[in-house]
Amino acid sequence: MNDSEGATPQLELRGITKAYPGCLANDHIDLKIMPGEIHALLGENGAGKSTLVKIIYGVLEADEGEIFWAGNSVTIPNPHSARKIGIGMVFQHFSLFEAMTVTENIALGMSGRQDMKALERDIIEISNSYGLPLEPNRQVYTLSVGEKQRIEIVRCLLQNPKLLIMDEPTSVLTPQEADKMFETLRRLSHEGVSILYISHKLDEIKALCHKATILRGGKYISECDPTKETAKSLAEMMIGTDLHAPEHHEKPDSGPVRLKVSNLSINADAEFGVDLNAINFEVRSGEIFGIAGVAGNGQIELLSALSGETTCSDAEAITLDGEHIGRLGPNPRRDLGLAFVPEDRLGHGSVPEMMLTENAFLSGYSRMALLNSGFINNGSTAEYAKEIVGKFDVRTPGIYHTASSLSGGNLQKFIVGREVLQKPDVIIIAHPTWGVDAGAAAFIHQTLIDLAEAGAAIVVISQDLDELFAISNRIAVIAEGRLSVARNLNEISVEEIGVLMGGTHETAEKAEALNAI
Amino acid sequence: MSGFDWLVPVFLTVITAATPLVFAALGELVTEKSGVLNLGVEGMMLVGAVSGFITVLATGNYFLAVGAAALAGAIMAFLFGILTLSLMANQVATGLALTLFGVGLSALMGQDFVGEPVAALTKLNIAGLSDIPFIGPILFGQDALVYFSFIMVAVVSWFLYKTKAGLVLRAVGDSHNAAHSIGYPVIAIRYMAVMFGGAMSGIGGAYLSLAYTPMWAENMTAGRGWIALALIVFATWKPGLVLVGAYMFGGITILQLHAQAAGLNVPSQVLSMLPYLATIIVLVLISKDESRIRKHAPACIGKIFHPAA
Repeated sequence: MNDSEGATPQLELRGITKAYPGCLANDHIDLKIMPGEIHALLGENGAGKSTLVKIIYGVLEADEGEIFWAGNSVTIPNPHSARKIGIGMVFQHFSLFEAMTVTENIALGMSGRQDMKALERDIIEISNSYGLPLEPNRQVYTLSVGEKQRIEIVRCLLQNPKLLIMDEPTSVLTPQEADKMFETLRRLSHEGVSILYISHKLDEIKALCHKATILRGGKYISECDPTKETAKSLAEMMIGTDLHAPEHHEKPDSGPVRLKVSNLSINADAEFGVDLNAINFEVRSGEIFGIAGVAGNGQIELLSALSGETTCSDAEAITLDGEHIGRLGPNPRRDLGLAFVPEDRLGHGSVPEMMLTENAFLSGYSRMALLNSGFINNGSTAEYAKEIVGKFDVRTPGIYHTASSLSGGNLQKFIVGREVLQKPDVIIIAHPTWGVDAGAAAFIHQTLIDLAEAGAAIVVISQDLDELFAISNRIAVIAEGRLSVARNLNEISVEEIGVLMGGTHETAEKAEALNAI
Repeated sequence: MSGFDWLVPVFLTVITAATPLVFAALGELVTEKSGVLNLGVEGMMLVGAVSGFITVLATGNYFLAVGAAALAGAIMAFLFGILTLSLMANQVATGLALTLFGVGLSALMGQDFVGEPVAALTKLNIAGLSDIPFIGPILFGQDALVYFSFIMVAVVSWFLYKTKAGLVLRAVGDSHNAAHSIGYPVIAIRYMAVMFGGAMSGIGGAYLSLAYTPMWAENMTAGRGWIALALIVFATWKPGLVLVGAYMFGGITILQLHAQAAGLNVPSQVLSMLPYLATIIVLVLISKDESRIRKHAPACIGKIFHPAA
C-alpha cells in the first residue's frame, strides 16, 4: 500500500494495446499495483477489463506494450507461466469442468504434479481457514454458482499467489459470505499479496480497495482513491454520464393474485439436488417478490419447478391467474403468460452456438407470433431480435451473431429483454443483473419496476441483497429447500435476512415470535 | 467335466470375435474422451488390416506387422486430425469420409493379395498351464494380441483415471474453453488422442487379417468399426465396460452362428440380426440413466474448438 516513489510495484503495465477485428479492446493502458495493494479495475461491460486481465494472466497476448513483474520486464505467453511467477485468477465465466469432482478441477488448475489425497487435505484446510466450505468429492455439475466460485478461489489460494485477479467475485455471495471474503482478501493483502479486483458493486470497492483504475471504451480514463469518491461519482466516471437510481413507487399490494404457489414439495432427482419442502407464496399484480438465499439452497430447483422444467405431481401446487399449471411443461406455461430467466445464461438461458435471432425465436415464437403456418417467419423474428438489441442496448456486431459471442452482461440484457418484450403476466428471474454494469443494471431494474407497474407479477431470485432491497416489495428467504414467510420490505433488515439465509427455518409461529421482539 | 468340452471352442471363437472390437473401441474411447468424434474407425481398421497383412507377407514378422498396422491407423487418424482439428472441418462429415476413403484405399492396397494365405498368429502355449482342462486353453492358450488387449484396457483405465495426463485429457473433452483458459494445449492433446485411437483401430483391423481369418478380403471388417463406436456409448465411456460390451457382442455373434449350424427353426436372417438387436436394446436401456451419461460422457464431443479469447 506504500505508494512512495521508491517502492517497486508488484505489477506494472505500460501501454498495453490489444486489437480485435473491428474494435480496439485495449488502447495503451497503464496500470501499477503495489505489493499488498487491493486495486480495483472499473468499467462498463465491454470497457476492456476482461481483455486486460486475460493479457495479465497469459490467456491473450498483447499486440503492444510491456509488463513488469516486481521491476523486471516479463512476457507471459500462457497461464502456466503466469501461475509460475505467482499470478492467480478467479474467472467470471468459471473455467470449471462440469463432469469432474472439485478436487480434480483444482488439480487441473495447478501446475505440476500433485498427490490427490494430499491435495484433498489441503483443499479442506484452506477452505476451512478462509471460510469457503467445499466438499472435495462432489461433481461440479451438482453445485450452485456460488459453490462453483468457491472452487475457483480455493484453487488460487492453494498456489500462494503474489497477485490475485478476481473477476466479480462477490456477485453470487451472501452479505455474510462477502464480508468473510473481504476478511480473506484483507488478510491476504496484509500478507503482502496484491489483488486486482473487478466488480460492479461500487460500495464494495469503496470499502475494500486502496486504488481504482477506470477504463472506458478500451481506454485508460483515470486512477483514483475509491475511499474518497462516492459510489455515484465512481459510476459516473465509468459510464461518462449522469446516473439515475430506479424510480420506485410504493405500491400497496392491492392487485389480484397472479401467481400462487401452495404446498410445493419436490424431491430432487439430481444426486446432490435440494428437495423443495412445502413452499408457499403468492405474488400479486404489480408486485415484485424477492427470494433471497445462499446459492445451492433450492433456488435452481424452485426455478425449474416454476418454469415447468420439473413438473409437480399436484396440478394445484402452482396457480397462474386462477389456472392450475403444476403439471404443465414450460411451453404451455409460456403460452399462459409465464416467462423466466434462468440463473445460467449461457447454455440454459440461451443456446450458445445459435444466433441471437434463433435464441429470440426459441423462447418467443408463440407469444410473439413468429410462426407462419408452422414455418419460421424470418422477417418478424429478425425484427423481434432487433427490437431486443435496440431497446436493451445489447452491444453486438449484429443479430446474426451467436449468443456465445456476447459478453456476459450483454447476453443478460438480451435474455431479460427477450422475456420482457413478450409482455408476460408473471416473470421469474434469477440473478437479473449478475455481471451487468451499473448503468445496465439500473436499466434492468427500471424495466422490471415498469413491468410490475403495468400489472405483471415478478419473482426475483437473487443473492444480491442490495438488488432485492432496491426493487422488491416483499422478500422471503430460501434455505435448505424451505421458504420463509414473506415480509414487507420495511419490516425486515439485512441482518435478519442474513440470519434466515443461515438456515434458521422460520415457520409462521416463529415469524410472529420474531416480530414480537 | 468332459460334457462341457464342446464349450471350449465356443469360448475361443468368442474371444477372437471380441478382440478386434476391444482394440478399436478402446482407441476410439480415448479419442472421444478428448472431445473428438472420429467416425472413421471402420476405415482405419481396414487400412490397418491390409497394412498388417502385407507386412507379414513381405517379412513374415508378426511383430512388425502389428506395428505397421498401428502406424497405418495412426496416419489415417492424423489425416483426420489435420482436417478437423487444424482446419476445423465438421467431425461427423470428415469421419464418414475417412471410412469411405479407408474402404477404397485398403481395397487398392490389397488388390494383389486377395486370397493369399498366411499362417495365423501363433497361440502362446504356457507350459503346464495351457494343458489344464477347460480353462487352460481359454485362459492360457491365446495369442499375444488377446493378452495385449486386456493389458490395454487396464492401461487406458489407469491412464484416464489415475494420472494427471489422463485428467487433462478428460478435462479437454469436458470443456475445451475452460481447459484453454487454464492453459492446456487443447489441439495438441486432441491430436495425440486421435492418433492413439487410429493406432488402436489399426491393431484391431490387423487382428482380423492376422488371427481371426488369416487372409485379406475387401471390406473384411464388415461393420465392426461401427459396432465399436456403438459399444463406447453402451459402455458409457468406461474402459472396463467396453471390454464387457465387446465380449457380449462377440458372444452373441458366435452363439447365433452355432444356433444356425444347429439348425434352429428360426430364419437365419433373424439370428444374424441378434447381435445388432441386442446392442441397440442395451444402448437404449443404458441411455435411460441420464446422470450416468452426464458423469462420463465428454461434454465437448464433436464440437469444433476455436482458440479465441
